[in-house]
Amino acid sequence: MQRLVPPRAVGVGGRIVKVPQRVLLAHGGGGRLTRRLVEELFVPALHNPHLATLTDAAVLPELPPGRPAMTTDAFVVDPPIFAGGDLGCLSICGTVNDVAMSGAKPLWLTWALILEEGAEGELIETCVKGAARAAEEAGISVVAGDTKVVPRGKGDGIFAVTAGLGVVPPGRDLGDAHIESGDAILVSGPIGDHGATILAHRHDLDAPGLKSDCAPLNHLTEAVLESGAAVRVMHDPTRGGVVTVCHEVAERGATQIVLDESAIPVRREVAGVCDLLGMDPLALACEGRVLIWVASADAERVLGVMHSHPRGENAAIIGHTQEAVPGTPPVVMKTQVGGVRPLDLLSGLDLPRIC
Amino acid sequence: MKTAPFADPKAMAGILTELQNEAKTLDRRVTLMEVCGTHTHSVARAGLRRMMPEMVRLISGPGCPVCVTPVDYLDRALALAALPNITVCTFGDLMRVPSSTLSLEQARAEGATVEVVYSPLDALAMARDDSEKKVIFLAVGFETTVPTIAGALDEAEREAIPNFMLLPGNKTMPQVMRVLVDDPDLDVDGFLLPGHVSVITGWKLFEFLEAFKVAGVVAGFMPTDVAQGVLALVRLAKEGRTEIGNVYGRVVTADGNQHARDLVDRYFEPSDEIWRGFGMVPGSGLGLRSEWAHRDASKIEVEVPPPAEPVGCRCGDVLRGVIDPPECPLFDSGCDPDTPVGACMVSSEGTCSAWYRHERWASEAGS
Amino acid sequence: MCLAIPMKLIECSEFGGVAEIDGVRRQVSVIYTPEAEVGDWVLVHAGFAISQVDADEAAKTLELLREYSDAMVDL
Repeated sequence: MQRLVPPRAVGVGGRIVKVPQRVLLAHGGGGRLTRRLVEELFVPALHNPHLATLTDAAVLPELPPGRPAMTTDAFVVDPPIFAGGDLGCLSICGTVNDVAMSGAKPLWLTWALILEEGAEGELIETCVKGAARAAEEAGISVVAGDTKVVPRGKGDGIFAVTAGLGVVPPGRDLGDAHIESGDAILVSGPIGDHGATILAHRHDLDAPGLKSDCAPLNHLTEAVLESGAAVRVMHDPTRGGVVTVCHEVAERGATQIVLDESAIPVRREVAGVCDLLGMDPLALACEGRVLIWVASADAERVLGVMHSHPRGENAAIIGHTQEAVPGTPPVVMKTQVGGVRPLDLLSGLDLPRIC
Repeated sequence: MKTAPFADPKAMAGILTELQNEAKTLDRRVTLMEVCGTHTHSVARAGLRRMMPEMVRLISGPGCPVCVTPVDYLDRALALAALPNITVCTFGDLMRVPSSTLSLEQARAEGATVEVVYSPLDALAMARDDSEKKVIFLAVGFETTVPTIAGALDEAEREAIPNFMLLPGNKTMPQVMRVLVDDPDLDVDGFLLPGHVSVITGWKLFEFLEAFKVAGVVAGFMPTDVAQGVLALVRLAKEGRTEIGNVYGRVVTADGNQHARDLVDRYFEPSDEIWRGFGMVPGSGLGLRSEWAHRDASKIEVEVPPPAEPVGCRCGDVLRGVIDPPECPLFDSGCDPDTPVGACMVSSEGTCSAWYRHERWASEAGS
Repeated sequence: MCLAIPMKLIECSEFGGVAEIDGVRRQVSVIYTPEAEVGDWVLVHAGFAISQVDADEAAKTLELLREYSDAMVDL
């Protein structure tokens, strides 16, 4: 075994941080090592005045007018570093996006990490950098954090648990209940990129052009909402993909959803991975896409707003809602060959099949 | 070789228009059976069943290898997975099939070492990487898949990797098809023949159907492939011709892949195999030849519970095409894709699962 | 069990091959397609190339599909 070396200096967003070579149990012990990890790595990387106070709780300024919106999330992705992102970036974006989906402007996040004893410093460095970059793009502050370390074998390198707080401006009220028959459904970009990236990694598929779509969407959603379009509700299709979100919306919004297969944008690499393994892109997670239900009269306007935003370049209208009729499936798809089929919810994990 | 043209809506409309024209002058309803789970899946995915003319009825047969795998096979796989130092590797298709007790997925949660692989070669790689672990691959699937298993076995032999074994469970199609055409309860005019099985076997293998006065057309799996297959079958039925056609010429030939069959023949020999719903179908299985007994996991002594078919389950009748899924008392009343009782409900192209997902609705849409 | 897709062989040696579809590559065994060369299309199932795709037959089928498609446009 080699001697442990002192933490090394690394640049993050223009600031210098210190990254330990390896995670030790002591890093979670609350003593000197913990303090150094926080003060030399997390605080400078995620820099903001609230985090720097390092007190038990972040006492924040008064909220802007409107209704607070909160979310919590846990992140356990394997592998923690993948093409297009890492657990750090994923955890910040996932939380920001959850808050943004409700129409709220995300303000403050908490970021708690559970590290495994022996985890490589590079892993922590990558995740912290990813989180810092995502926080910067989203324009939010990570105001509180925590670090625990579990013994070797009891964790998967790094887990993250977050909470996010934002404010829904007065006059804004989104929800599935607002959906009306004939509303348009839009997606902000090609689907399944994140899920396909993870699958490709797991099953030894080499796809250089494929990467996770992990990204914060709050600026895009804000632009859409500011346009004055009659947006009913927004959802991000993460775990379970587009099909899962559509089923949830159909149920909560008491509506039938009709998707148009030929209108749904799918990258060729995602299609390739799905064809090889026997999966459906509609069931794969996206980590940087939003589904928007909007009055049909405003569909083109929202499309235009999204197209002129870097996070919505490939947005498309992918379907519409109609009156739910008892005895008919909640979600159907007009197939690309001109047929219609019910779009079923997944039962359990989608596994690669040969039949 | 883009696949998009094989899913072109205009081409599809063209074929279906032809099909409608042909169907207009049918004097009776024509029943066509597909015997390949992937065909069941293709039909469902494209929404094809609803696009068929009234006089053309498309039914599913025992083409889902998961569905026809007897409970006893799963019980044995589970018993092996519970042994120390054993890793059971399987295609994803088998993970959620219920045995007499648990599914492999449930067993994994209970601590059994079960890994899902895309290829038998991935299972071999696990054996190669860890000589302490005995890797047992669950060998299920039809003629398309057997060569991939034989290929992995051959590599294990050539590289002298001792810790790689199979639990044989592969099946072949012709014998069970004979049983089907012999069945007085079943009235099938033609078979949509499995495209990828035929890649290996060649379409001439199915010429035996002619003696039973049943037509067969080998078709691929893209929407236009299936539609072309159905069209060809309807034309044959109208003319009273019972020959074997092939609309998948881009990969299917008369004689198939001899290299593949030779290697399969080196390791496997026909065996008598139980098919769920059919009982014993002589010569329809593939067992390991005796010289490869050291690769045969069925020779490992394990305690297997007496097989217990779930009470009320009518998978057998569904697989023989005798009843439609809703006629099973458990369908959608205790048995559904989330909590499957029988194998027909587990696999995404099992007849009951396909029906549950696609057919149980009165219509697709309100308007 | 018939999930097999056409892929293009981009590498091929006595040790095996690499096939590609839509920018996704995977190692494949080519023991069953000894005549296949780099640039050929093969049908891949569970990590094995099980057949070459016959370019002439594919072209014939595509031509037939075009005819069906044109027949619809003419209506």
